[in-house]
Amino acid sequence: MRVGVITFPGTLDDVDAARAVKHAGGEAVPLWHGDHDLRGVDAVVVPGGFSYGDYLRCGAIARFAPVMQEVVEAARGGMPVLGICNGFQILCEAHLLPGALTRNHKLHFVCRDQWLRVENNETAWTSRYDRGAEILVPLKSGEGGYQADQRTLDELEGEGRVVFRYVGENPNGSRNEIAGISSANGRVVGLMPHPEHAIDALTGPTDDGLGVFLSLLDAVVSA
Amino acid sequence: MARVVVDVMPKPEILDPQGQAVANALPRLGFAGIAAVRQGKHFELEVADDVDDAALAQIAETFLANPVIEDFVVRRLDA
Repeated sequence: MRVGVITFPGTLDDVDAARAVKHAGGEAVPLWHGDHDLRGVDAVVVPGGFSYGDYLRCGAIARFAPVMQEVVEAARGGMPVLGICNGFQILCEAHLLPGALTRNHKLHFVCRDQWLRVENNETAWTSRYDRGAEILVPLKSGEGGYQADQRTLDELEGEGRVVFRYVGENPNGSRNEIAGISSANGRVVGLMPHPEHAIDALTGPTDDGLGVFLSLLDAVVSA
Repeated sequence: MARVVVDVMPKPEILDPQGQAVANALPRLGFAGIAAVRQGKHFELEVADDVDDAALAQIAETFLANPVIEDFVVRRLDA
């Protein structure tokens, strides 16, 4: 399984994302923002950080990077794509996922270990979890408030496309406590918290995030 | 060259914590009577004469603003 991990200028979490892919038994393939091809990968992770300094809006400029044109096209063809944090913001700006991420309601950057509930275990990135399982992974973002109009929210809830939901106090004002969502076909998933930082007990609060990458392995192998 | 202004504002129904923080700071600074503040973005573009309104609208809608959360207004300034 070859999994592309994109690096934009200002990306921070590409190394941990690649490490998580390797931990799960995959091969991490570095992709550069200026690349015009995806080097034959089976899936792509768009990692966290501050692409292009987050100028204008988070993800607004990264969306137009050459590599993202390839990702959008491949995702429309069914390739699994995971956006974490800034990656989630980029996938929303690229219209692969609906809605937008806005400034945290209390304005503070939130950096803490966060409990999430897995609401949908039928996506390409969550099949290894039990539905309703609660996992503990780091959350570190200043613009993580998920916003969408009521019709979009009703659609996401009705179709089971809310994949992760915050447990306990809402950390950033996200509507419906939404931490992560998926595309209609369950292949594209974006979330604000960081499963790639929680893949072993040595470097993370738990190994709860590893299941995301193991799930992908299953999705790619069975495809 | 023409001068074009694009104003981008958070939609009324979208929470604007930055605007609220500004509003909350005003009484502390001794300014009374400001009921609410909304914070947005103001762009000034120097535009060649052959750029039409449709192109400007597309720039605003696809890049300068995110229509999911923001409204925008495009205005040509008289030279």
